[in-house]
Amino acid sequence: MGMIPARFDYRQAGSVAEALQLLASCDDAKLLAGGHSLVPLMKMRLVSPSTLIDISGIAELQGVTDAGSVLRVGALTRHRVVERSQVVAQHVPLLAHVAGLVGDPQVRNRGTIGGSLVHGDPAADLPSVALATGATMVVTGSGGERRIAASDFFVDFLETAVGPDEILTAIEFPKRTGAGFGYEKFVRRSMDYAIVGVAVQAGEQPGIALVNMGSVPRRADAASRALASGAGVDAVAALAADGTNPPEDLNANADYRRHLASVLTKRALLAAGYR
Amino acid sequence: MSLIGAKVLRKEDPNLITGQGQYVDDLAPAGCAFMAMVRSTEPHARIVAVDTSAARSMDGVLAVWTSADIAGLPARPSSLPGMDMPLIAGDAARFVGDIVAVVVATDRYTAADAAEAVIVDYEPLPAVASLAQALAADAPMIHPVLQGNTVFFQDYTEDLSAEFAAAPRTASLSLVNNRCAPVPIEPNVVLADWGPAGLTVWAAFQAPHHLRNTIAAFFGISQDTTRVIAPDVGGGFGAKINFASEIFLAAALSRALSRPVKYTQTRSECMVAMFHGRAQEHKVDVAFDDSGKILALKVQVTQDQGAYPDATGMGLPVLTTAMSAGCYKIPKVAVSWRNVVTNTTPVAAYRGAGRPEASYMIERVIDLVADETGVDPIEVRKTNFIPADGFPYQTHSPLAVYDSGNFAGALDELLRHVDYPALKAEQAARLADPNAKLLGIGFSSWLEIAGFGPPGSLEAFGHLASWESAQVRVQPDGSAIIYTGASPHGQGTVTTFAQIAADQLGIDFERISVRHGDTAVIPQGIGTMGSRAVAVGGEGVKTASTRVFERAKKIAAHLLEATEDDIVVENEEFHVRGTPSKSVPWSQVAWKSFQPLELPAGMEPGSLDATVFQQVPNFSFPSGAYCCVVEIDRETGEVEIRNMYLVDDCGTVINPMLVEGQVHGGVAQGIAQALYEHMQYDESGVPRTATLMDYLVPAAPDLPGYVSGRTVTLNPSNTLGAKGVGESGSVGAPPAVINAVVDALSHLGVKHIDMPATPQKIWSILRGSK
Ligand SMILES: Cc1cc2nc3c(=O)[nH]c(=O)nc-3n(C[C@H](O)[C@H](O)[C@H](O)COP(=O)(O)OP(=O)(O)OC[C@H]3O[C@@H](n4cnc5c(N)ncnc54)[C@H](O)[C@@H]3O)c2cc1C
Repeated sequence: MGMIPARFDYRQAGSVAEALQLLASCDDAKLLAGGHSLVPLMKMRLVSPSTLIDISGIAELQGVTDAGSVLRVGALTRHRVVERSQVVAQHVPLLAHVAGLVGDPQVRNRGTIGGSLVHGDPAADLPSVALATGATMVVTGSGGERRIAASDFFVDFLETAVGPDEILTAIEFPKRTGAGFGYEKFVRRSMDYAIVGVAVQAGEQPGIALVNMGSVPRRADAASRALASGAGVDAVAALAADGTNPPEDLNANADYRRHLASVLTKRALLAAGYR
Repeated sequence: MSLIGAKVLRKEDPNLITGQGQYVDDLAPAGCAFMAMVRSTEPHARIVAVDTSAARSMDGVLAVWTSADIAGLPARPSSLPGMDMPLIAGDAARFVGDIVAVVVATDRYTAADAAEAVIVDYEPLPAVASLAQALAADAPMIHPVLQGNTVFFQDYTEDLSAEFAAAPRTASLSLVNNRCAPVPIEPNVVLADWGPAGLTVWAAFQAPHHLRNTIAAFFGISQDTTRVIAPDVGGGFGAKINFASEIFLAAALSRALSRPVKYTQTRSECMVAMFHGRAQEHKVDVAFDDSGKILALKVQVTQDQGAYPDATGMGLPVLTTAMSAGCYKIPKVAVSWRNVVTNTTPVAAYRGAGRPEASYMIERVIDLVADETGVDPIEVRKTNFIPADGFPYQTHSPLAVYDSGNFAGALDELLRHVDYPALKAEQAARLADPNAKLLGIGFSSWLEIAGFGPPGSLEAFGHLASWESAQVRVQPDGSAIIYTGASPHGQGTVTTFAQIAADQLGIDFERISVRHGDTAVIPQGIGTMGSRAVAVGGEGVKTASTRVFERAKKIAAHLLEATEDDIVVENEEFHVRGTPSKSVPWSQVAWKSFQPLELPAGMEPGSLDATVFQQVPNFSFPSGAYCCVVEIDRETGEVEIRNMYLVDDCGTVINPMLVEGQVHGGVAQGIAQALYEHMQYDESGVPRTATLMDYLVPAAPDLPGYVSGRTVTLNPSNTLGAKGVGESGSVGAPPAVINAVVDALSHLGVKHIDMPATPQKIWSILRGSK
C-alpha cells in the first residue's frame, strides 16, 4: 500500500528529438518532468509505466522569453522560476502570482508548468491561468509542431490534446501588461490543491476560469461573456458556476462548490479592479 | 543556581537536526530482509483462499506467510479473549488494513511487488461501519462470541431521576468525539534479529521493557536473551504503546529465516493499521438552576473499539467517565459506558486517551448551561468551580481524587491576557455589519488525569507495574550517566532528566548523560505515556540522585576529615560550609569512590550508583484555562483562529521551553481535531480518509500564534511538584475552539456543532439561516 512503485526502466533524454525517438521506441513509456504528479500516481500503483523518459534536463525547454506580443514559457520551467520571473510579473502578472500559490516551496522547486498543464488535473491552478489569459500550447511530435488554444487543450479527466507520442514544448501567453487580475484559491489547508479556485484576467479580452469545478479545467463561459459585455461584478459572479458539473467529495458537495465559485469570482473580480 | 525552571537547550537536538539521529529505519544489518504486508481491502469478508504461488516464485522472495504459517503462535497480545486479533487474519478479515498475508524478500521493492502478487479471494460479509450500524437491531455481527456488537456495558452508576425531576432546568446534548489517526511522522517500524544468542528487536516504541516482557511471553522465551531497543523514535502520541502485529511477525519470520527482518510501514498503511483514537459518542443530560449552578449530570459514553477490542481501548471510556465532572463541583454525577465493535481500525490510546473526550463534553455542557440561562460562560464556570481550598476532592469516580488545583486562579490569569469586554463589543459590532466576519469567543477550563501512576493503575492495562525506574551512576571522572525506563519519543527527556540530576548531584549539566530505550542497558522500566515521564520517572531521577549525593557527601567528609552534615557542593567542589578553601573536587570524590583504601569504614567501592523504582501515591491533575477567538467568513463558512490564549498549570516547570513545546504541539493536535481531522468510513466500512490528501493534518501556516500564561499549583504526589504536560494541549484546545465557533453562530440559534467544524458544515448553517 503506497510508497513503492512497480518496476520501471529509466531513460534520460537530452533533447526534444531524442525524447521523441525514445517515446516512439518504448511501449507504454511516460515522460518525466518534475515528477510531482506522475510519481505519486506510480507510488499508489495507479499507473505503472514500463519506462520513464526523463526530460527534465532538456535545456531548450527551460525558461521564459519575451517574444513580442507573447511571453513564451518553456514547458520545463519550474513553478518557482515562473513565480520569481520579473518578465512574467510584468507582462502576465496573473501567471506569476498563481505559480507562487502552487503547493509548497518544495513542490514549486520541482514541478514544471508543462507537467502541470499536460497532467490536466481539474484541481490544478495553472490550467486556469492558461484559460483565463487565452494561452496557446506548442506541441511537438514526429510530424512537427502543432499549436493548440488553451480552450481546446483540456479534453477529459487527466487527459489533454497532447498525443502519446508528443511533447509539450512551450506555452505562449499573450501579454497582459498593466491589466488587472485576480486569483482566489479556497483551501482547507494552506498548501493544498484548491477546493475551488477562480482566475480572472482583466483587459481587452477578459477571461474567467475555474479550478475544480468539473472533470476538466474550464473557462466560466457565461460569466466571461457577461464580463466582456460590461456586466457588474454581482451579475458576473452569479453566472460563475453556470453549466458546471462540480465534483463532490468530503470537503465540498456540488452546491457548496457552486456557491464558492460565485463568491470567489466576485472576490477575484474585485481584486482585478472590477466594480 | 538551580536548573529547575531554566530554559536549557535540548541535548538531543545537535544529533537530530544534523540528520544524525538513528531511527529504526536507518538500521540495516548485513543480510537484512524486508517484510511487506498484504492487507484486507474489504471491511468484512470471509477469506476463501489466499493464492501465494505467484509471489513465492518471484526472484528474491524468501517467504510468504498466511494464517496457516502462524498456527503455533498466540493472537496479538492485548487482545480480548474470544475477540482476538490474529497476527494474520484466518477465516475472516474484519477491517480494511487487517493483515491477510506477509511477504519477506531480499529488498523492499521485491517485497512490495510480491505483496501485490498475492491473490486473496474474499467473500464479502455485511459490515458495520459506525456505532449506529453496530447497535441496530439486526446488525451483522463481527465476533460470534458476542451477542450483538457490545463488548461491555456499564449502566448508569446512579439513578438521578429524582434530581432531574426536582431541578429548575434541564438540558441535553449529543456529542460526537471524532475518530482521529495519530499520524506520528515516523510510522510503525521494526527490525528483528533472532540468532542463536537470542532475539533483538529494534522498534519505534514508547515502552521498550513492556514490549520485551510481552515478546518473551509471546514466544515462550527467556527475558534475559530477549532485547528490545527503541532508538530515536519519531513521535508516538500513544499509538506506539500498542502491540502492533508487525512486531511479532518480524520476530517470527526472523526466527524462521535465520536473518534480520525489517518492516517499515508506509504512510497509507499507517493510516489504517496504526490504531486510531477518540471515536466516542456522548449523550449528556444536565440539571441546573437559573444562576447556572449545575445540580446533576448524566453522561453516557459509547466507545467505538474498532474491529478488535484492545485492553487500552477498553479503558478509554473509563477515563472519560472518571473525568466527566471536569473542574466542577457537581453534586450528583452518573456515568454509563458501552464498548462496541465495528469493522474499522481498532481504537486505543491517542494523546490524551479518554480525557480530551471528557473535557470536551463537560466544557460544551458549561457553555450550553450559559446559553440556556443567559449567564455569561465565565460566570457559569466560576459558579461551579471546585474552590482552591477544596482539595483533596473525591469525585464521583473512585479513580479520580483531585489532589490540587486552582481553577478560578487559572481563569483569572487567562482574563489578564484576554480583553473580554473589548472582544464582546467587537463581536456585537461585527454582528451588526453584514460585511464583517463573525467573531466567536470560546473558553475552556480543563482538567485532566495524568502522571500514571499509583500502584495498580498501569497494571490494569497489562503493564508490569506503575513505578518508573531510574539509575544514577557516577563515573570515575565525576561525570554521571542516568538510566531511565521512561523511554522518550520526542519529549526532551534527556534534557529535563539531566537538569533534575544536575540540581541534586551538583554535577555540571554538560557532564550528565541520559540513556534510555535499551532493555539490555536499562534496569527495567515502564515507559512514556499518560504524561508520566517527569512526574514519575523524573521524580525517580531525583530520588536516585539524592541517594548518590548523600553517599558522595560521606566520602567527601571522610577525605576532608569533616562531618558529613557540614559538607556542601558548589561548582563541582565539595567543601566544608563556610570554609571554601578546604575542598575536594567531585572528580576526586568520584575517583576515590572506587578505591577501597580511600573510603570511610563500612563503605563499599562503587557506591555512587543508585537504582530506584519510583512509586507515586496518586495520579497528577494538570489543569488550565484556554481562550480561543475565531473569525468566521459569512460567505464561505471558513473558520480562522485569530487568537489562542493558553494558561497551563502543570505544577513545577522543569524547562519552560520544553513545556511550551509540549503545549503547542498538543494544542495543534486539539485544533486539528476541532477543525480539520476526521477519520471517516463510508457506509460499507471503506475508509474515506486513508491518505494525507484526505485526512487533513494541518501544517504550521494553518495554526495561530499562541499567547501563554501560567499558574503553578504543586503536585503533592512527588517532591518535584511537577504534574506532567504531554497531553494538556490536546485536552484543553478542542472545547475552546468549538465553544468559540458555537459562540460566533449562537445568534442563529446554534447550540452545538460537531467536530471538525468544516467550512461546508458552517456554510450550510449560515445558508439555512437566510
Ligand atoms: C504535495 C504536492 C502538492 C501539490 N499542490 C499543488 C497545487 O496546490 N496546485 C497545483 O496546481 N499543483 C499542485 N501539485 C502538482 C504540481 O504542481 C506538479 O508539479 C504538476 O502538476 C506536474 O508537473 P511535473 O513537472 O511535476 O509533472 P510530472 O509529474 O513529471 O508529469 C505529469 C504528467 O505530465 C506528463 N508531462 C510532463 N511534462 C510533459 C511535457 N513537456 N510534454 C508532455 N507530457 C508531459 C507526464 O508524462 C505526466 O503524465 C502538487 C504536487 C504535490 C506533490
